[in-house]
Amino acid sequence: MYEPQADASGVAVAPEQKPRKVAIICSKGSLDMAYPGLILANAARMMGIEAVVFFTFWGLDIITKKKVDHLHPGIVGNPSVPMPTMIAGLPGMEAMAGAMMKKQMAKLDIPSVREMLELLDASGAELYGCKMAMDMFGLTKDDLVPEVKEVITAMEFFEKSEGAQTIFV
Amino acid sequence: MSTATIAGHAVSVDADGFMTDPQQWTPEIATVIAASVGLSLTERHWKVIEFCRRDAADKGEPPGLRRIAQGAEIPVKELYQLFPKGPGILAAKVSGLTKPKSCV
Repeated sequence: MYEPQADASGVAVAPEQKPRKVAIICSKGSLDMAYPGLILANAARMMGIEAVVFFTFWGLDIITKKKVDHLHPGIVGNPSVPMPTMIAGLPGMEAMAGAMMKKQMAKLDIPSVREMLELLDASGAELYGCKMAMDMFGLTKDDLVPEVKEVITAMEFFEKSEGAQTIFV
Repeated sequence: MSTATIAGHAVSVDADGFMTDPQQWTPEIATVIAASVGLSLTERHWKVIEFCRRDAADKGEPPGLRRIAQGAEIPVKELYQLFPKGPGILAAKVSGLTKPKSCV
């Protein structure tokens, strides 16, 4: 609730505002679902908004050392992909689509997922892995890229995202 | 768009205080804009400003943060220390450039 405050000389002053903050939950590990969360978090930091990114379930692929450089776009069962699902489902198709997408991104000078994580780390964004999902996949903190600050529980996520605008990806 | 007087100069600015004509910019204006966002400019800030203005003159738009880091040869982490309230927008603002449109 807004309560008017006054400084020592009795002049009304605006109550001190908390810095704006976003909390982004990355729950999917396909290339096309990795970028939105990372780009939004980075954009927030670039304009001085605090950012917390919580990677859970398949989103853990984005921060898993062995997978971060090998994310593929989700092309099967995706109505936006101009390719029949039967063909998209053929072996090697996703890898091929991924290679094409990465080539196009490199041409446009869009950073790789790994570089996005490095940018976020340098920006002071906080990256967290989800403990329950990690237990489920048999992952430990050592399996994650070094930019990840901590492995936390769902309840801890709410502590860290207090007052933040939350975005689920 | 409106006109503001910064450091004694009448300049065109947008609703968020970004200058819309880079030709109207002077180093004194940069110092005043910087002070308004709580910054006092150091040699490192000037290196950023110099690159941003040069790059914007070349490309016709203000550089994104990653481009500044590469072009001005200043690590991203340091850019955040130089402009704690948001290097992605403040570098352009003090450089007298329009609001950046780059997403990275």
